[in-house]
Amino acid sequence: MNIIVCIKQVPETTEVRINPETNTLIREGVKSIINPFDMYAIEEAIRLKERFGGKITIVTMGPPQAEAALREAISMGADEGYLVGDRAFAGSDTWATSYTLAGAIKKIGVYDLIICGKQASDGDTAQVGPGISTHLNIPQVTYVKKVEEATDKSMRVERMLEEGYEIIETPLPALLTVVKEINEPRIPSLKGLMRAKSAKIIVWGQKDLNLDPQQIGLCGSPTQVVKIFTPTQRAGGQILKGEPAEIAKELVSLIKDEVN
Amino acid sequence: MDYLLTDEQKMIKDLAHKIAEEKIRPAAAKYDVSEEYPWDVLKVMAESDMFGLFIPEEYGGLGTNVMNLCLATEEFSRACGGIAVCYAASALGTFPIVLFGNDEQKKKYLPDLASGKKVAAFAITEPEAGSDASGIKTVAKKEGDYYILNGLKHFITNGGDAETYVVVAMTDKTKGARGASAFIVEKGTPGFTFGKKEDKFGIRASSTRELIFTDCKIPAKNLLSKEGMGFIVTMRTFDMSRPGVAAQALGIAQGALELAVKYVRQRVQFGKPISSFQGIQWMLADMATEVEAARGLVYSTARMVDAGKKDVSKESAMAKMFASDVAMKVSVDALQLFGGYGYMKDYPIEKYVRDAKITQIYEGTNQVQRNIIALQLIKELSKS
Repeated sequence: MNIIVCIKQVPETTEVRINPETNTLIREGVKSIINPFDMYAIEEAIRLKERFGGKITIVTMGPPQAEAALREAISMGADEGYLVGDRAFAGSDTWATSYTLAGAIKKIGVYDLIICGKQASDGDTAQVGPGISTHLNIPQVTYVKKVEEATDKSMRVERMLEEGYEIIETPLPALLTVVKEINEPRIPSLKGLMRAKSAKIIVWGQKDLNLDPQQIGLCGSPTQVVKIFTPTQRAGGQILKGEPAEIAKELVSLIKDEVN
Repeated sequence: MDYLLTDEQKMIKDLAHKIAEEKIRPAAAKYDVSEEYPWDVLKVMAESDMFGLFIPEEYGGLGTNVMNLCLATEEFSRACGGIAVCYAASALGTFPIVLFGNDEQKKKYLPDLASGKKVAAFAITEPEAGSDASGIKTVAKKEGDYYILNGLKHFITNGGDAETYVVVAMTDKTKGARGASAFIVEKGTPGFTFGKKEDKFGIRASSTRELIFTDCKIPAKNLLSKEGMGFIVTMRTFDMSRPGVAAQALGIAQGALELAVKYVRQRVQFGKPISSFQGIQWMLADMATEVEAARGLVYSTARMVDAGKKDVSKESAMAKMFASDVAMKVSVDALQLFGGYGYMKDYPIEKYVRDAKITQIYEGTNQVQRNIIALQLIKELSKS
């Protein structure tokens, strides 16, 4: 089974400090890590490879330092890494990012499965995985918490819902996004770290992928960030106590007061 | 202090640090109470190739390297001296095979020890043979293609949980120390059973048991080196492993120091964090300096061993003695800095005191280490 895992390098949010004067993140000195949800995607790919054999290809879009994320994935057990990076891709929103990553995956060509984390811990959109599958025109199953069965033609998975789970069978190739319940990512081995150190990372830019210039980078991004603000804190609610009939009456009168 | 570690050494240290913080520290208190053998943590170490650090490449390891072993043991011990010793004791049980095993023995035993599939143990101590190893009563009598072992070993770290044992027994009692021999004994050999598991003051995650040999028949090909080499095997093994015990002590000291520094910055008395008081600062300064001195000695000794220096008994003994004395002093001082809280089991620091104590005792008490150092010193001076 040939698996592609898409990952993102993000700031380590457990160590983020806020500048009290500007209320913005202090980015200096903040370590970059693989998006925690992507770690589960990498681990699941390795487990599937251990069961079915095949190859794991890691793809990331980002600046040159994102190469470290690819090497970390290789140290865990992935086979090769592609860094999709170009000034032309800067400012991409989820649309442009998923279009660009889909372009890279098309160029890689042969795959049975794509796995992504459910979302990135910095943007929290959960859109890039589904976006890639849409651009590639393959099925997607989001929030996967367990791979039940797999063959080279299809896969049966459990998809986590707020209350319970769904069992979904999908033909392959398909794209999965995974939740943290699916596994526990492994610690790399020394041999893996040594292999990762000398692994060749392939870098692709706009020229290599030959993408539609109207759909990449800032100009290919329909999302516009107009303003970023901290939501105002909600005041604590009021809890009504007593018999249900009395509570209902009191609630109605409170609502009436509020309206008036 | 910068010890100018190579990229590979840094990689090993960082990986061991990650294992220590993510897997060992969260489990330390649990195993200290339950005294269960920490198989789940050892499995992570195994999958990360940590058991390969003391085994040659041709037998599935990453090359026998005492410095690498010390770096890993130090990091593990920062988080838990008990779990770390399960790992280090396997190295102790493996070294005799690495140093004295023939190719057949190495091929048979080392790959599983390198992968961490099996754990090793070394057995010399007996109820009446502690520091005085010449008191060994376990005997190995040759009968055809076999040796028949009879006797009792006690205080054996990893005893019962290890699969591969190196056991020192007398093949010729009339020759005293020169009548001892070392054998590889596999768990499950008929006549080889285990006695009681010890209830210990510290390093409670590790298992310590009696080994009982009752007409235990082992193949003659399991003899390491030749008959009569038992004490040479033991001494050479200890020369290699003492830096590891020293690294364990160093890690315990470092771990206690870190906890103390963190605590004194948080603890407020008289309206200020107690780290702002000079009396506290001076204690910390002494502790940090002693830990660094121990580290210098441990690393230098490990590098000497790896450089192939023949006689390292004195340096190995110095490193083990000094680092373990520092571990004891620093952990006690760290507990003092925690005040009354430190005496309570709700805080992690009292465990460091309990874990530190054994490092002054095992693999030769620190009094025996001083004997070794003095003897070697006098020998060297009389030559010059």
